[in-house]
Amino acid sequence: MALLEVKNLTISFGGLRAVDDFKLTIKKGQLYGLIGPNGAGKTTVFNLLTGVYKPDEGIIRLEEKDITGLKTIEINKAGIARTFQNIRLFKELSVLDNVKVGLHNNYPYHTLEGIFRLPGYYRMEKKMNEKAMELLKVFDLDNEADYLAANLPYGKQRKLEIARALATDPKLLLLDEPAAGMNPNETGELMDTIRFVRKEFDMTVLLIEHDMKLVSGICEELTVLNFGRILTQGRTADVLNDPQVITAYLGE
Amino acid sequence: MNKMNAKLKLSKTAKSNAITYLIVIVVYLAVQILLAGGHVSSLMEGLLVPLCIYVMLAVSLNLTVGILGELSLGHAGFMCVGAFAGAFFSKCTQGAMPDGIRFFLALVLGAVAAGVFGIIIGIPVLRLKGDYLAIVTLAFGEIIKNLVNVLYIGRDSDGFHFSMKDSISLHLKEDGEVLINGAQGITGTPHDASFTVGIILILLSLFIILNLVNSRDGRAIMSIRDNRIAAESVGINITKYKLMAFSISASIAGVAGVLYAHNLSTLTALPKNFGYNMSIMILVFVVLGGIGNIRGSILAAVILTLLPELLRGLSDYRMLIYAVVLIVMMLFNWSPKAVAWKESMKEKYFSGFQKKTGAGASAVNTEKKEVK
Repeated sequence: MALLEVKNLTISFGGLRAVDDFKLTIKKGQLYGLIGPNGAGKTTVFNLLTGVYKPDEGIIRLEEKDITGLKTIEINKAGIARTFQNIRLFKELSVLDNVKVGLHNNYPYHTLEGIFRLPGYYRMEKKMNEKAMELLKVFDLDNEADYLAANLPYGKQRKLEIARALATDPKLLLLDEPAAGMNPNETGELMDTIRFVRKEFDMTVLLIEHDMKLVSGICEELTVLNFGRILTQGRTADVLNDPQVITAYLGE
Repeated sequence: MNKMNAKLKLSKTAKSNAITYLIVIVVYLAVQILLAGGHVSSLMEGLLVPLCIYVMLAVSLNLTVGILGELSLGHAGFMCVGAFAGAFFSKCTQGAMPDGIRFFLALVLGAVAAGVFGIIIGIPVLRLKGDYLAIVTLAFGEIIKNLVNVLYIGRDSDGFHFSMKDSISLHLKEDGEVLINGAQGITGTPHDASFTVGIILILLSLFIILNLVNSRDGRAIMSIRDNRIAAESVGINITKYKLMAFSISASIAGVAGVLYAHNLSTLTALPKNFGYNMSIMILVFVVLGGIGNIRGSILAAVILTLLPELLRGLSDYRMLIYAVVLIVMMLFNWSPKAVAWKESMKEKYFSGFQKKTGAGASAVNTEKKEVK
């Protein structure tokens, strides 16, 4: 069964068709890659999938449920979480609190329970702390739980963003250039983490990436975008050997 | 290990909060002892209740500016709403119920009225950001003040009469009484405010704000401040939490207003007490105390309220010294070297707790970065 099904997705900004007739089917448990040259519209696709932009045309279905045009928070509740190309952490909050913001909707208690410190507050906060530390441990961040997020080194900030996204308990995880700015060592480590996340959380992952080593290393299927249109779609090995793709990346 | 870490963190903020409460209580006791010994001049004694009012205003504005990260310049407007709602209620029900209960209800009513205004104003205004929000809240504060100035409400055996023109057009009967008389405001509000009540209200405000900040909702509010787009992406309802912070902040300002009204026999909406000067003065407390630093707001409000009075003997040089103190406090709180020095002092003497004093300190900076 398809977890995510996208058909005929189109959006224009002024006269520019940023994404044109985009389609995508991701099966549950898949590691799927979205690649293409700069300005091809990859992040726009992410923004369409997460409700930051409303599509002009097209349908997005998550587990057969139509989520087209829903607001960002509703889409998150439906089960899509994401990270950002330029890291967007809650910089003045601690690492632990960053993850706890991600747990916000899954561990609810009333505002008054919080203000008057009623038993519900302690019960939920305890559960939240345990769950958050569990997640931080997966990403080897548990020793930095008390640090301000802004004080983490770059690679760990990327990891924290993934941890925070996972905290919302999504069905589909969108990673926007997770390896950007990482050295080969860190990229290798990141690949292991992504593989581990998929296995451990039974997660489906869609990622945008420029690092071909990472893409060919972990993605099972790829979609290549160029100028807002799909250039080719299919199994990773086939796609990467497609002369069209090589032309798009390297020029004639 | 996991649990220990989590527990440690909880107790750390709890400790920091306890210190804040303790400072307030110790100051209260010290003042009481001084009062009993007759060491406080009547001028200073008269300042005690205003001091409580300014502290509450500063602390509540810090919720909007420091925790939510939105610049509001209309805080005095909410104080005005609370003051008039509370005074009006007291005036109407004076004698009808015991004073204590009446005052308590007036406080509740002031909080609710200001909170409702906070929501009404917040819904359109919180869509704006930065400078625009500041300008619009400034305008709202002025509008509220000016509306109150043309408000006439009277009461006679037929019930309430209302006018926006003058007291004659209320058409009151012989037995009628003008309750709110336009620019002359409300006269004869019972004098219920006292230093003790003020301190209790400060503690209550602190309790609400500090507990809110260290709860699920507080984290949501701060996440919006730090990165709105990311907060939305993890399912935080931006509008709800912005309104929550804004209206709670307004409510507490309203309570401060009720206290203010019950400290004076005549309540008028002058530019001096509810105008933008007042809003900006509260903002000065917040900025100098450290944005997002609740304890700092308290200290700044106390120092900057007492200072002009303490320096009264210096007559002409008074405002000069006040200005110098403002600059010194600014440098002490914000210059990188001073911040670094404070950090090292803290490490040295209080290693362990209070690593997070700086939380929110750069709220304004991050906000600016984001606009770019």
